[in-house]
Amino acid sequence: MTTTETTATGKAVEVLRIDGLTLDLPAEHGAHRILHGIDLALRPGRIHGLAGESGSGKTMTGLAVLGLLPDGARTGGRIRLDGTDLLTLPPRQLGALRGRAVSMVFQDPSTSLHPMLSIGHQLTDHLRHHRKLDRKAARARAVELLGQVRIPNPAAALRSYPHQFSGGMRQRIAIAIALACDPQVLIADEPTTALDVTVQAGVLRLLRRLCDELGLAVLLITHDLGVMSALADSVSVMRRGRVVETGPRGQVLTAPRHEYTRTLLDALPGRNTP
Amino acid sequence: MTSQSRPPLLGVDGLVVQYRRPGAAPTRAVGGVSLEVRSGEVVGLVGESGCGKSTLARAVCGLTPAEEGRITFDGTPVRPLNVRRRDPALTAVQMVFQDPYGSLNPRRRVGAQIVDGIRAAAGRGETDGPRTPEEYLSRVGLPESDAQRYPHEFSGGQRQRIAIARALAARPRLLVGDEPISALDASAQLHVATLMRSLALESGAGLLFISHDLSVVRHIADRIAVMYLGRIVETGPAAELWDSPRHPYTQALLASIPQPDGAGVLPAELPGDVPDPSAPPSGCHFHPRCPHAFDGCDREEPRLTSGGVACHLHPAA
Ligand SMILES: Nc1ncnc2c1ncn2[C@@H]1O[C@H](COP(=O)(O)OP(=O)(O)OP(=O)(O)O)[C@@H](O)[C@H]1O
Ligand SMILES: Nc1ncnc2c1ncn2[C@@H]1O[C@H](COP(=O)(O)OP(=O)(O)OP(=O)(O)O)[C@@H](O)[C@H]1O
Ligand SMILES: [Mg+2]
Ligand SMILES: [Mg+2]
Repeated sequence: MTTTETTATGKAVEVLRIDGLTLDLPAEHGAHRILHGIDLALRPGRIHGLAGESGSGKTMTGLAVLGLLPDGARTGGRIRLDGTDLLTLPPRQLGALRGRAVSMVFQDPSTSLHPMLSIGHQLTDHLRHHRKLDRKAARARAVELLGQVRIPNPAAALRSYPHQFSGGMRQRIAIAIALACDPQVLIADEPTTALDVTVQAGVLRLLRRLCDELGLAVLLITHDLGVMSALADSVSVMRRGRVVETGPRGQVLTAPRHEYTRTLLDALPGRNTP
Repeated sequence: MTSQSRPPLLGVDGLVVQYRRPGAAPTRAVGGVSLEVRSGEVVGLVGESGCGKSTLARAVCGLTPAEEGRITFDGTPVRPLNVRRRDPALTAVQMVFQDPYGSLNPRRRVGAQIVDGIRAAAGRGETDGPRTPEEYLSRVGLPESDAQRYPHEFSGGQRQRIAIARALAARPRLLVGDEPISALDASAQLHVATLMRSLALESGAGLLFISHDLSVVRHIADRIAVMYLGRIVETGPAAELWDSPRHPYTQALLASIPQPDGAGVLPAELPGDVPDPSAPPSGCHFHPRCPHAFDGCDREEPRLTSGGVACHLHPAA
């Protein structure tokens, strides 16, 4: 409902719009419907949060935008980036957009990081390929990015391999890779689950700054309602393949309309402990 | 509760773990940690990303060799083992790994992987728990039919539940959970964390619970240990530490928890650089970022007092 409120002014500036997205995945007997018509809109400089039950389809929604769904996936509806429908775009053209116009921090860290290549290789390759930077400029940018996500001694980190970092460090390196080419749209799937709250605060501030300064549009998938409250401008809540509630952050988190959102808020430790 | 004369279930004494790299200073990931977990006790371990929690957890399970110090399980030293040929007695120690994607075998059905746990328990004569993988799946909130599916068919949170079901099926006497519920939503977190806690309470197992979610730790831990760059800087009963943290790092940590109040306030960041464990700061590792540092903090390493804090502001009585 809130989308209609902002349509008059907001429609022109929507950078990504998902309309009626459906997804079927192959199952033992026929297909299994995972998404039942998802509607979402992202605007430059704004962060839209996506919360919801485990298994409700948040990751699949993000992967659909990047065209990285599991084999045999069948989709319906539309995903428009600046007017171009990503669902019908030929794979080559979609591949060219990925990482540059739209990028993703994956919930599964191994999707972002190749285990056999050094961090420097992975970061600079990306920069040289998409941004056409020379070796030296790419390296300088890589060091800057690792510093922004608080990796100690970035120059040494470039020579290291993923397994030599902690879980949270790998997560931050994946964020650095996703941000490397200054994307217009970032899908961040549980980007701070492996971070302690002080390092997390740094990452949240970085994302907010990139939105404010560069007009980055973010889809923030998180089950952490504290993170949601700190960062999201607006919030959608998913359950069983459907968006059950969408609204401004303050309203969804303090006066939720849907029963399930209320259950989520009530479950927060501290609310019901003596 | 437990008699003090018996050895603790898990004893860690002066543990040092280093990672070596040719041509560079070693990374001292764990720099002298002592810790105990007693039967029936839940110990929460929290700390900055990269401070050495997973390294400590792996060393406890014999998966990473110790450079110095001693680890005992039931009074018997834990030696690093060849992962392929785990001593059957050591199935009494189970670990839920931080990465739920890497720790499940992608080629075997979920049910078969849980059966491995049930067999391990049976091999130690532990047969009083549930006998089927389906029962363990429903305990962690998954439908019984999921036993027939493969790990890649599950979402992040569902995989974490499977990893926990598999560990519980082995009826461990010590369960080490490394961020075991980080991908679950609040209501599922509460359910699974409580399930893990009741394992400790009902069967007298010990639980070492590593988590960045401080409110969950507060909820299920009896005792909390706070780590900063390879050392434990504060430890104490959960409620006490939560209500009156003494170490400046613990204070900073508790002050940065984002509140779900809908207000849009960004939490505070710690000033200064995240330290590098291969070139740690002198003296107190926290001094370059500490708002209360004074002359001497940069020279002398504070020791963990019997009161449970390692800080020059709180010298031993
Ligand atoms: N490869 C696959 N084949 C079949 N079903 C799948 C596959 N991958 C995921 N699913 C199912 O799709 C549903 C949606 O999964 P998705 O990963 O989008 O959930 P999610 O909302 O991101 O959950 P979480 O919070 O646990 O990460 C889940 O019920 C899951 O079991
Ligand atoms: N296999 C390895 N080789 C070299 N260095 C490593 C290795 N594993 C971890 N390290 C380093 O050891 C330090 C501690 O890592 P560890 O994984 O124990 O941290 P952690 O406390 O679990 O962090 P997080 O909360 O981010 O998971 C880090 O600096 C990391 O880079
Ligand atoms: Mg997911
Ligand atoms: Mg870790």
